[in-house]
Amino acid sequence: MYLIYALFSLTLMGMAFGYLLGIAARHFKVEDNPLAEKIEALMPGSQCGQCGYPGCRPAAEALVAGEAPPTLCPPGGRALAEQLANLLSLELDLSGVDDHLPMVAQVDETLCIGCCRCYKVCPTDALVGASKMIHVVVADACIACGKCVDVCPTECLKLHPVRPTLKTWRWPKPLLAGA
Amino acid sequence: MWKPYLSMLFKPGTIRGGVHPEPRKEATANLTIETAFPLPSILYLALQQHVGKAAEPVVRVGDRVLKGQLIAVSQGNVSAPLHAPTSGVIADIMDFPSAHPSALPTPTILLETDGLDEWREGIEEIDPFTLSAEEICARVGAAGVVGMGGAAFPSRVKLNLGRERRIETLIINGGECEPYLTCDDRLMQERAEAIVDGIRIMMRGLQCQQSIIGIEDNKLDAIEAMRRAVAPWASQMAVAVLPSLYPMGWDKQMIRYLTGLEVPAGGRATDIGVLMHNVGTAYAVHEAIRYQKPLISRVVTVSGGAVARPRNVEAPLGTPLSALLDFCGYQPERKARLILGGPMMGEALPHANLPLVKGAAGILALSVEEVSASDAKSCIRCSRCVTACPVGLLPLEMMSRIRAGQLESALKFGLKDCISCGSCSYVCPSEIPLVHYFKYANGELMAQQQAKHKSEQTRKLADERQARLERVRQEAAAQAAARKAQALAQAEARKAAQAAKASQSARSAETQTVESAS
Amino acid sequence: MKPVLSAPFKNASEEHAAIMDKVMLALLPATVIGLFVFGWPAVFLFLITLLSAIGWEAVCLRLAGRPIRSTLADHSALLTGWLLAISLPPWAPWWIGVLGGFIAIVVGKQVYGGLGQNLFNPAMLARVALLVSFPLEMTTWTPATLLGDGQPGFGAAWDIFLGQTIPDGYSGATSIGYLKTELSRGKMLPAIASEGDYNLGLNLIGLERGSLGETSAIALLSGGIWLLRQKVISWEIPVSLLLTVAVLAGVAVVLDPMHQPGIGFHLGSGGMLLFAFFIATDYVTSPNTRVGQMVFGAGCGALVFIIRTWGAYPEGIAFAILLMNSLTPLIDHYIRPRIYGRDFKGQPLEMEGKP
Repeated sequence: MYLIYALFSLTLMGMAFGYLLGIAARHFKVEDNPLAEKIEALMPGSQCGQCGYPGCRPAAEALVAGEAPPTLCPPGGRALAEQLANLLSLELDLSGVDDHLPMVAQVDETLCIGCCRCYKVCPTDALVGASKMIHVVVADACIACGKCVDVCPTECLKLHPVRPTLKTWRWPKPLLAGA
Repeated sequence: MWKPYLSMLFKPGTIRGGVHPEPRKEATANLTIETAFPLPSILYLALQQHVGKAAEPVVRVGDRVLKGQLIAVSQGNVSAPLHAPTSGVIADIMDFPSAHPSALPTPTILLETDGLDEWREGIEEIDPFTLSAEEICARVGAAGVVGMGGAAFPSRVKLNLGRERRIETLIINGGECEPYLTCDDRLMQERAEAIVDGIRIMMRGLQCQQSIIGIEDNKLDAIEAMRRAVAPWASQMAVAVLPSLYPMGWDKQMIRYLTGLEVPAGGRATDIGVLMHNVGTAYAVHEAIRYQKPLISRVVTVSGGAVARPRNVEAPLGTPLSALLDFCGYQPERKARLILGGPMMGEALPHANLPLVKGAAGILALSVEEVSASDAKSCIRCSRCVTACPVGLLPLEMMSRIRAGQLESALKFGLKDCISCGSCSYVCPSEIPLVHYFKYANGELMAQQQAKHKSEQTRKLADERQARLERVRQEAAAQAAARKAQALAQAEARKAAQAAKASQSARSAETQTVESAS
Repeated sequence: MKPVLSAPFKNASEEHAAIMDKVMLALLPATVIGLFVFGWPAVFLFLITLLSAIGWEAVCLRLAGRPIRSTLADHSALLTGWLLAISLPPWAPWWIGVLGGFIAIVVGKQVYGGLGQNLFNPAMLARVALLVSFPLEMTTWTPATLLGDGQPGFGAAWDIFLGQTIPDGYSGATSIGYLKTELSRGKMLPAIASEGDYNLGLNLIGLERGSLGETSAIALLSGGIWLLRQKVISWEIPVSLLLTVAVLAGVAVVLDPMHQPGIGFHLGSGGMLLFAFFIATDYVTSPNTRVGQMVFGAGCGALVFIIRTWGAYPEGIAFAILLMNSLTPLIDHYIRPRIYGRDFKGQPLEMEGKP
C-alpha cells in the first residue's frame, strides 16, 4: 500500500516540477540576437553570396535559426566551419568542405575586351582595369566568389585552383587504422 | 620569486628526457671523408637553401660562370647568397623539385659543369685577424654561410646579433646525436685546426673571449683531435665532453648542460649570453674568411642498409642525390626509405632525383629492417613519452586532443614548444606517430591563422569598397547639387537681369511720357 | 599519392604484449605459490577467471566490430583476468569468476572505449562490485596448507568449485580480519597476538589465509623488484605508497601500541605488495608525471591505512585504488612538468635584462 502511495506522490511531484520548469524556460528565454552578431563578426564580411543567402548577416541569422549548416561559407573554409560549429554546439560534417583547393580568378588576356563589367560586381575590389584596357585580378584580394565569372561577356574570367607551393604545403593529418 | 628556486635546478650537468637509439655509426665513422667525388654533369642549385627570403639570380641563361662566382644575391636581412660550386654554363633557371617530402617545385638554377673546375679570382689567403668584427660578419654573409647542422639559418644574422648583445660564450655544437650521421665527427677528426681557426674567427667577429666545444663521448677520436687543436689557446677555448644521448645536439639542451642556464621561452640564446654554431659552420667560416672561398660544398654522410659502401662524401651543392647514392653503391631494391638528414628528425624523400642543399647533413637509404612501419595502436597511457620528452611536454595529452580536433587545448600542453625531436614517437609502445600529429597541428593552426587573417583582410577590402562606392555616390550627389545650385543661380541672375531691364525700360518709358507731356 | 611519412622512422618497439607478458611473468611466482597452497579449487577458479576475461573481451570486440585476434594478442584482457583471479578468495564458486570477468572487462574497460580509455582499474572495480554484492562468498577464507595436507581431493574440489557449500572447519579469518574483529571486541594487541596463530615468517612465504595470489609477500616483492629492473614500472608509485603506509603505521604504533599492529604487519599482509607493485602502477589509471605519481602513491597508501584502521572493511586496497583512480585526472590536470624555458606557471622565464 505504502509503495503505491510513494509511487503516486513522487510521480505527481515530478510532473509538477517539470511543468514549472517548462514555464520558466519559456518565460525567461533569452533573445539570442547577440549570437547572430557574433557569428557575423566571424564571417569574411564580403557579402559574396556563395552561401546562397543575400549577405553575411542573413546567413548568420539563418545559422542561428538552424536553417543552415555550419559549413555554409566556402571562403571561410574549414576554420570557419569549426568555429561556427563550436559556437552553436552543432554536429560538424566536414566531408563537403575543403575538398576543393583554394581558387583564384584569372583573366585570360587574349579575350578581355575592357568592358568594365567585372570590377563593378567584385565585392573586394580585386579587379583592376579601365575602359578598353585589359583587366587584371589582384590575387591576394580575390576570394573566388565567382561573380565576375558570371558577368563577363567573353568568358575570359575563370576560376583556377591555386597551385600548392612549398610555402603553402602542410603536413596532412596522420591516418590511424582502427583504434 | 621563483628565480632562486629555479636557479637551484639549473645546475650545470642537468639533462632531461632523451632516448638512446642505436648509433649505427660504425659503418662510416672510421673512413676518411671522400674528397674525390666525380663532378656531376649538371648541378641543381635551389635559390632557397636557407631560412628566410629566397635569393634572386644575378646570372642569365647562357652565362659562363667560374667556381665561387656569385650567382644569386640575398634578399633582405634574413637571407643568404648563392655561389657557383664549379665552373660551367648556366643551362636554365626554372622550377625544379625541391629536396622536401612533397618534392614541390622551387626556383632552381641549373648549372652545366664544364669539368674545368676553374676558380674565380680573389681566393688568396688573408689574415682574418686584421679584419674588424663587422667586416668578418659581413664577409660571412657574403659567402653564403648558413647553419650546417641542418637548420640552415643565415650565420651572418646570428653573428651580428651575438655581437650586438655582447655574448660571453660561443658554444660550438659537435654533438651529432642522430644515428648514422658522422660528417661532423670526421670533420673534427680530419680538419680540427681549420675548425678551430674558424671558431677563433667567429670569436673575433662576435668580440667574445670564450668558447666551448661540446662533443659527445662516443666520439673519442674527435675529442682528442679537437683537444690537440685548441691547445695553443687553452685559456680561451675548451672541449667539453657530453654524455651520448639523443637529443644532446639540441642547442637548448646543450646550453643548459654546459652553462646551467635555460633559454627563456620565446627568447634566444643571446638573451643569456651564449651563441651556438655547428662545427661545420665553423669550418665554412674558416674557408670563407681565411681563404675567401664561399660556401659551395659540404660533407654529407651517405649511409643505410641499402647502400653497399657507406661513406662521408664532400660533394658540391646541387649534386643530385642519386649521384651520391650511386657513388656509394646504392641498391634501390633494398630501399624502404630515402631520408634527408637523420632517422629521428629527417625528411622522407619520395625519390632521389633531388638536389643536395646546404643543410643536408646526411642521405640515408634505409632498408626494411632499419625502419619501423607498423600501424599505430591505441594509447595505453604508459607515459614513456612524458619521460622521454626533453622539453617537458605531455605528448600523450597533446595527441589525444589533436585527434579529437581540439587544437586550441593541445596548445595548453605545450604544442608551441615542441622541437619535433622524435623522442616521444621513438619510445611509444603503441607506435603512434606523435611528432606527425604535432607537425600537423602546428601547420593547421598556422593555416587557421592565415585564414583568419585573410578573412579580416577580405572584410577590410569589402568595407573599403563600400566606402569607395559611398564616396563616389556622395561626390556625384555633391556635383549634382552644385550643378543644380549653379543652374538656380544662373536662373536667378537671368531673372534679376530681366527684372532690371524691365524696370529700366519702364523708367525710360516714364521719362519719355513725362517729356512728351510737358 | 602515397601518404607522407614523418620522422622518426625507427621505433624502439616494445609491443603491448611484451609488456603485459612481463607483468604476468612477475606475478607468476606468487600465483604458483597461491595455487599450490590452496589446492585444486583455486586452480579451477584461476582458469575460469582467465577464460572469462578473454571470452567477454572477444564478445565485446565482436559487438564493436573490431578485429578480435589482433586485439586479444595484446594480452591486456589476460592480464586483467589474472589480476582479478589472484585477488579473489581461493575457493569461490565458478560464477564469481565469470561475473568478475564480465564486470572487469565489459563494465570496467570496454564500455569506456577499450584499452587505454578506462577510468578505474578494471580488476579492482570487479572485485569491489563482487565484494559488495556477494559478501559471503567474497569473505570465505580457507586454510593454506603445504602439499595437499588436509586439502580436499579432486572430486571434492570440483564440487566446491561448482558452488557447493564449503565443508565445516575450513573457513576462517585472515590475519587482518581476525585482528579487526578482535579489536572491535575490545581486546588489546598482546592478548590478540597470543591467542591468534600469527607467524610472520610463514605469512611472508605465503602460508596464511588470504586471496588466491596475494599471500606470499616475498614472491610479490621479488616480482615487483624484477618489474622495476625491467623498467616496466617506475619506482615512484611503489616507493611512495609503501613509504606512506610505513610512516603512518610507524607513527600510529608509537601513539597507540595497544591497538596498532605496526609496520611489518601492514607491509607484509593482504596484498599490500601486490597493490604497490602491480595494481597501483597500472598505466592507464595512474598519473602521467613523476610528481603526480608520487602524490598518487602517497594517497593510495594513506587511504589504505585509513580504511584498514578505521573503516568497516578489514582490507582497503580495492577501495583505496578506486578512490585514487578517480583523482588521477585531477592530479594530471594540476601537476604538469615544467617546460624548458618556462616557469611552473607556464610563463617564459625572466632573465636579468641584457642590453
